[in-house]
Amino acid sequence: MPRRRRIVTPKRAFTAWAAVVFAFLYLPIAVMVLFAFNKPSPAALEGFTGANVCDLPPSQVGNVTVWNGFTTCWFNAGLHDPTYIPAILTSAKIAAAAAIVSTLLGLGAALALARMNKFVRAPFDSLVYLTLVVPEIVIAVASLIFFVQIRNYVPFFPQLGAWTIFLGQVVFGASLSMLVIRARFVGMGDSLEEAGYDLGSGRLETFRQITLPRLFPAIVSAALLSFTFSFDDYVLPAFTNGTTNTWPIVLYSAVRFGITPAVNALATLMLLATAFAIVITGLVLRRSRVTTAVEFEAPDAPITVR
Amino acid sequence: MAVDLEQPKETVASGERRHRSFSPRYPGWLTSPSLFYYAIFFLGPLAILVAFSLATQTGFDSISYGFDTSQFHLVTDPLYLKIFYRTLVMAATGSLLTILVGYPIAYWMARYLTTYKLLALLLILVPFWTSFLIRTYALKIILDPNGYLAKNLGIDIMFTKYAVGVGLVYNYLPLFIIPVFASLERMDWSLVEAATDLGAKPFNAFRQITLRLTMPGVVTGALLVFIPMSGEYIIPNILSGGNYEFVGNVIGDQFSSAQNQPFGSAMSISLMIALSGFVALYILFATKEERFGA
Repeated sequence: MPRRRRIVTPKRAFTAWAAVVFAFLYLPIAVMVLFAFNKPSPAALEGFTGANVCDLPPSQVGNVTVWNGFTTCWFNAGLHDPTYIPAILTSAKIAAAAAIVSTLLGLGAALALARMNKFVRAPFDSLVYLTLVVPEIVIAVASLIFFVQIRNYVPFFPQLGAWTIFLGQVVFGASLSMLVIRARFVGMGDSLEEAGYDLGSGRLETFRQITLPRLFPAIVSAALLSFTFSFDDYVLPAFTNGTTNTWPIVLYSAVRFGITPAVNALATLMLLATAFAIVITGLVLRRSRVTTAVEFEAPDAPITVR
Repeated sequence: MAVDLEQPKETVASGERRHRSFSPRYPGWLTSPSLFYYAIFFLGPLAILVAFSLATQTGFDSISYGFDTSQFHLVTDPLYLKIFYRTLVMAATGSLLTILVGYPIAYWMARYLTTYKLLALLLILVPFWTSFLIRTYALKIILDPNGYLAKNLGIDIMFTKYAVGVGLVYNYLPLFIIPVFASLERMDWSLVEAATDLGAKPFNAFRQITLRLTMPGVVTGALLVFIPMSGEYIIPNILSGGNYEFVGNVIGDQFSSAQNQPFGSAMSISLMIALSGFVALYILFATKEERFGA
């Protein structure tokens, strides 16, 4: 009996829902980009005689949450902003340092834990998950008290600032890195390492020539994740920053006390840079996928004749 | 992906056991740097938080340590209990909505996509690469009382709990989709095929096999969004304009403007106690899932 053709198939229904949800996910991003091209409000421009409307001080651009007209000058204004640019650089430095230290800590723990007795592993795992799920506001205020109090006992401990932000963020980053690297490490099995040992190479040699190269994609993604988390983090830095301004802190005060489209312009540029980086990474990964595919074929399980 | 390492892979296809002389291990001391780090910068702050919650405020910026439970009595004031209740209800509602919106997406990706699966995954993740604050601000633009939605469609929800709800679902959706997608990917779809071949209706096959097998992933994902939603600080601040405070905002205020640190610490400890059951459940599921897959 021939099957009746239906207009609403499950597949179509799901696809339609996916389209709606993706629109929901991307609408705010589209708005962010669009409003990077927004003019100051007509009321703000009334007495303004300068050549460049983006020269208006942030407090005087008026209501920019409604569309006032098209201009491209915010990109230039944003790139020369005396608060935003240094804050972005500070955030990038802290995030880079946090990513490196987090990845190293995570790598060490992942290597040792993956093949450890479960009675040792379970408590450590619980601690790691705990660092990820304790509400950030709690960690933030606890770290604030800790960093202030510790200076009474350890005088050379850094004052609240970039250092304390970094120290606080590494906790979360290390846990994240550990989980990402361990997932890959466990997934790839140990037969190639065993082969390395069997063929006479030592511990370090095997690690350097077999384990490390195969873990490399996971190490890179752990570092990128830690970087992203740290760069975008607001709550912890907001309490442990002292007088240091990071990009999210500057953004937050802009959102609360008067934002200019220059912020949207900078965020748009960063999104473009990220998208570019993703495409490049994708291309590189596609080239290396050939090797990964071969590894997947390499049998962890014994070969059976089909 | 997750392979059980508890059982060494010694079995050969024929069922014979091959004796393995060696299994590559890494030394246990490799965990000590991170253990040391957690002890100082994670457990240390939590310990001093407990000490502060039991301390007495003696001046604007000075406290004396002790065992003073009065701050905890203050937490049980109806005013603050109401905020706790509101926070947990909002987080639960937000998580439920996230499940309803997100599960079909994860299902769609795992079931129907082949070539574009990775692309879809990437598109789910890209919002994470734009600043959280900027995205929340963009939501504010969309929901603005003078914006298109409010003026033309009559949806004027800015500075209400509905705006906070939209913000929660929007920001946490990807965090839920990823683990659920992972468990759908690990699932053996031939079981569903077998069920339908044996005459099960598609919906029943879904309910009895797919949903059951992915339940651990759903629970993990739901807890992964519920717990941080309960501690949310930024979303209620920006989208409710202070009209609809969460526990996190009360805590933050004690350290930024009110300067009542013992009370803020007691609120923090109380929040952690309120969430401890969920945290324990999450840890249980997360560690379990890693061992058994799906």
